[in-house]
Amino acid sequence: MTFDDEPLAGENLPILPGHDSPGRFERVLRAGHFAVTAEIAPPDSADPQEVFDRAALFDGYVDAINATDGSGANCHMSSVGMCALLTRRGYSMIMQISCRDKNRIAMQGDVLGASAMGVSNILCLTGDGVQSGDHPEAKPVFDMDCMTSLQMLKGMRDDGQFLSGRKITSPPQVFLGAAANPFAPPFDYRPLRLAKKVAAGAQFIQTQYCFDIDMLKTYMAKVRDLGLHEKVFILPGVGPLASAKSAEWIRKNVAGVHIPDAIIKRLAGAQDQKQEGVNICIHMINEIREIEGASGVHIMAYRQEERIAEIVEKTQVLGSRTPWHPQR
Amino acid sequence: MKRVRYWSANNARWLRRVYQGLESGLVALHPLLNRLGYQRLDRGFAAIEKVIKGFLFDSQSCGQCTLGETGMACPMNCPKTLRNGPCGGVRSNGNCEVDPNMVCVWVTSWEGSKLVGNLESTIQVIQAPVDVRLKGTSAWLHAVRKRVRARL
Repeated sequence: MTFDDEPLAGENLPILPGHDSPGRFERVLRAGHFAVTAEIAPPDSADPQEVFDRAALFDGYVDAINATDGSGANCHMSSVGMCALLTRRGYSMIMQISCRDKNRIAMQGDVLGASAMGVSNILCLTGDGVQSGDHPEAKPVFDMDCMTSLQMLKGMRDDGQFLSGRKITSPPQVFLGAAANPFAPPFDYRPLRLAKKVAAGAQFIQTQYCFDIDMLKTYMAKVRDLGLHEKVFILPGVGPLASAKSAEWIRKNVAGVHIPDAIIKRLAGAQDQKQEGVNICIHMINEIREIEGASGVHIMAYRQEERIAEIVEKTQVLGSRTPWHPQR
Repeated sequence: MKRVRYWSANNARWLRRVYQGLESGLVALHPLLNRLGYQRLDRGFAAIEKVIKGFLFDSQSCGQCTLGETGMACPMNCPKTLRNGPCGGVRSNGNCEVDPNMVCVWVTSWEGSKLVGNLESTIQVIQAPVDVRLKGTSAWLHAVRKRVRARL
């Protein structure tokens, strides 16, 4: 979809009253559409074409693309670099910033740079510990945490100043996001933690992978009781599992991912496990769209990015909408 | 030694009261402390704090104590030094993502916070990022001066 007031197709939009960013992602959410976002895998390469090829897989299927920031504490092309390349082509980017690798000075500088390049959305994350990645000997930074970085970026945008209080002449106009994990203990604190993130400045939320719909429903009921669904756009995370074996591996080795036995059984019993993983993902999306307070879905299809088109088409979550993409 | 830390969170309610009483007592002593000179007292206080808080809470002496608002659990024991946890990596058994042999500091903090109650003025308070310049200095004396300043 192209907006009527778009200067050039794909360029940043005028900021509407009540909006904070010139981005299409905020427009889509505030217009009440069910949004789709997806995670792009950054290459282990300096070749820009690899980034463009990966992004092209999502053309017409997603409203915004998350550029991960050293996810799993593994070294890849930086989120700033990915965003620089993709905003040039008009893509709507969600730049992830993890607190693991940068202190407050670097983070604020990156945000100014990103906003100058046309990045309209920033997702503040704590970040995985260095022990989980390919450089476990590295020094973890964690100068900030996700909560204080949200607050810091909100201050940059709304008060036009750095954390130090020094003035910013042209503040970054960004829509602020955070992550949530309803599937990790302490479960009774998780909805309150979301409230804390909203208080810190979060305007949209993308959650960890959901493979347990009942758990998500319980969480969302508490979120609604707190009135949070009216203050923040929540996009539960989903993704296709490649096989029962890989699901077992993820469950054991990836922090914070909860996969119930029933899902692994269903995968193991299928003739085509890869297809069954996609089917489960489709099923999750169909369940999620029925939940009051879910404003979209965030698809993380690591190493299966080419399946996103099928997932979005089969679920029909976009209705008659075709998100903007280059060369359309 | 982590057993003492867990015990402290399980007794957060009255420990917090003692802690707050101690702070009020020191605030009352402000004229005297001021006359003696906060700078001069800092090393002594920091050493006492290190022993007491180190034993009870495994305090890491960051110099800007949050114990009263974090269920009497020291957030600096979190391997990511999160001041506003827990992160999304907590294991299904409630243990830490980085150190599987330790209960997540923020799971402990949440248990302590529930005992204290009044969540809006405890665990829901957004803690500022750490000022690394204060490491190793007396958190109590900083807190006293902050309260005295607020009173003026």
